[in-house]
Amino acid sequence: MVTRFQIFSYLEEVSDPEIPVLTIIDLGVVRDAQLIENTWKITITPTYSGCPAMQVIESDIIAKLKEKGIEKVEVQTKLSPAWTTDWLSENGKLKLREYGIAPPENEVDKSVLFAEPPVVPCPKCHSRNTRMVSQFGSTACKAHYQCNDCQEPFDYFKCLK
Amino acid sequence: MKNESLFRYLLRLGDDSLILGQRLGELCGHGPILEEDIALTNIALDLIGQSTSLLNYAGEIEGQDRDGDKLAFLRFENQYTNLLLLEQPNGDFADTIMRQFLFDAYRKPLFEKLIHSKDEQLAAIAEKSLKETKYHLRHSSEWVIRLGDGTEESHQRIQKALDNLWRYADELFYADEVELELVNTGILPDLSDLRAIWEHTIKTVFSEATLSIPTNNWKFDGGRKGRHSEHMGYLLAELQYMQRAYPNMEW
Repeated sequence: MVTRFQIFSYLEEVSDPEIPVLTIIDLGVVRDAQLIENTWKITITPTYSGCPAMQVIESDIIAKLKEKGIEKVEVQTKLSPAWTTDWLSENGKLKLREYGIAPPENEVDKSVLFAEPPVVPCPKCHSRNTRMVSQFGSTACKAHYQCNDCQEPFDYFKCLK
Repeated sequence: MKNESLFRYLLRLGDDSLILGQRLGELCGHGPILEEDIALTNIALDLIGQSTSLLNYAGEIEGQDRDGDKLAFLRFENQYTNLLLLEQPNGDFADTIMRQFLFDAYRKPLFEKLIHSKDEQLAAIAEKSLKETKYHLRHSSEWVIRLGDGTEESHQRIQKALDNLWRYADELFYADEVELELVNTGILPDLSDLRAIWEHTIKTVFSEATLSIPTNNWKFDGGRKGRHSEHMGYLLAELQYMQRAYPNMEW
C-alpha cells in the first residue's frame, strides 16, 4: 500500500520542464494527493494561467507514477488558492541561485503604478548593483535583469503574491 | 442551461482575453525591440491562459458539450462578444500600448471585484488572473508615461493613439440585462464604481505622461452584442484557420 508521503517523494523526481533544476515539489505546484476509490488524484495549480509547462507536468506525473507501479492516476487542476512564490521551497530557492536564476525577493509590489523594481542581487557576483531590463523574461515567471558590476545578464524569478 | 446570464458573461470576459491575446500574439517576432517582443507575447500567453479558464467554464455552464477550444475556434463572428477596442489592429507601438493600457486599467479593478463573486470558480479565475493583470498594467502604464513624456515624436504618436482609441473606451463599462441579473443574484458584486476607479488610474497616468484626454464624446459599442468592426473577420480568419481547414485536428 503506497502512502501519500511516498507519492510526494516520487513526485520529487519530476522536474519542471522549463527550469529543470527545480522539482515540481520545490516549485509548489503540487497541492494535494488523495487516494479515492483506488485512484490517486493529484491536484496541481498553475504558476501562471497560460503556463505551457502545465500539460507537460501533468503527463510527467502520470508517467512517473506509472514507472513506480501506480497505474490509476488522475491529475486535476485547481486555481484557488492561487499559486504564489511563497510556495517555492527554501531548497528550491538555493537551487535556483546556484543555477544562475535569482530567486524571488521577499518584497511585495506595494503599488502597481510607479513602483520601483525590487533590488535583486546578481546570482553570479552577488552585487546588489543590478538593473531590471524587462519585467518579462524567457518564461512567464521570470523577469530579465543585468548586473551593473560583472555585466552578467540574468533571469529573476519574479515575486508573485 | 444552468445559468444563461453567467454563460454569456463568461463569454464576454473570455472573448476579451482571447481576442486581445490573439492580437498580441501577432507581434511574436515583430516586436519593436527584443524585450518588448518577449513582454507582449508573455502578456498574450497570460491572456490566452485566462481565456482558456473562462471559456472552459462557460462551456461547463452551457452544458452543450462545448469546451474552451470549441468556443474559441468554432463560433461565427456575430457570436463573439469581446470589446471593440480589443480587436483593433496593432498599429504602431503607441497604438498597441494605448489599447493595452485602457484595457488593463479596467481589468485590474474588475478582477479585484470578481474575487468576491459568490460563484467560486469565477472568483478563483479572478484571483489567478489578477496577479498577472497587475504586471500587465504596470508594463503598459510605464510605457504610456515614457512615450507621452518622451520625445516630441513619441508624444505625438501616443496622443494620436489615445485620440483614435478613445471612441472605444466607453464600451468597457457596457452593461445590460446580463450584468444586471448577475448582480441581482449576487454572482457579480456591485460594479458601479468601476468607471470611477478606471478614470482615476488613467488620469493619474495621463497627467504624468502629459497627455490630454480627448474631449469628443463620439462613442462606439456593439461588441457585447456580436456587432464587430471590419477588422474582426480578418482576425478570426487567422485564429480559426487550422480548425476550419482541418476540422477536429489535434496536436
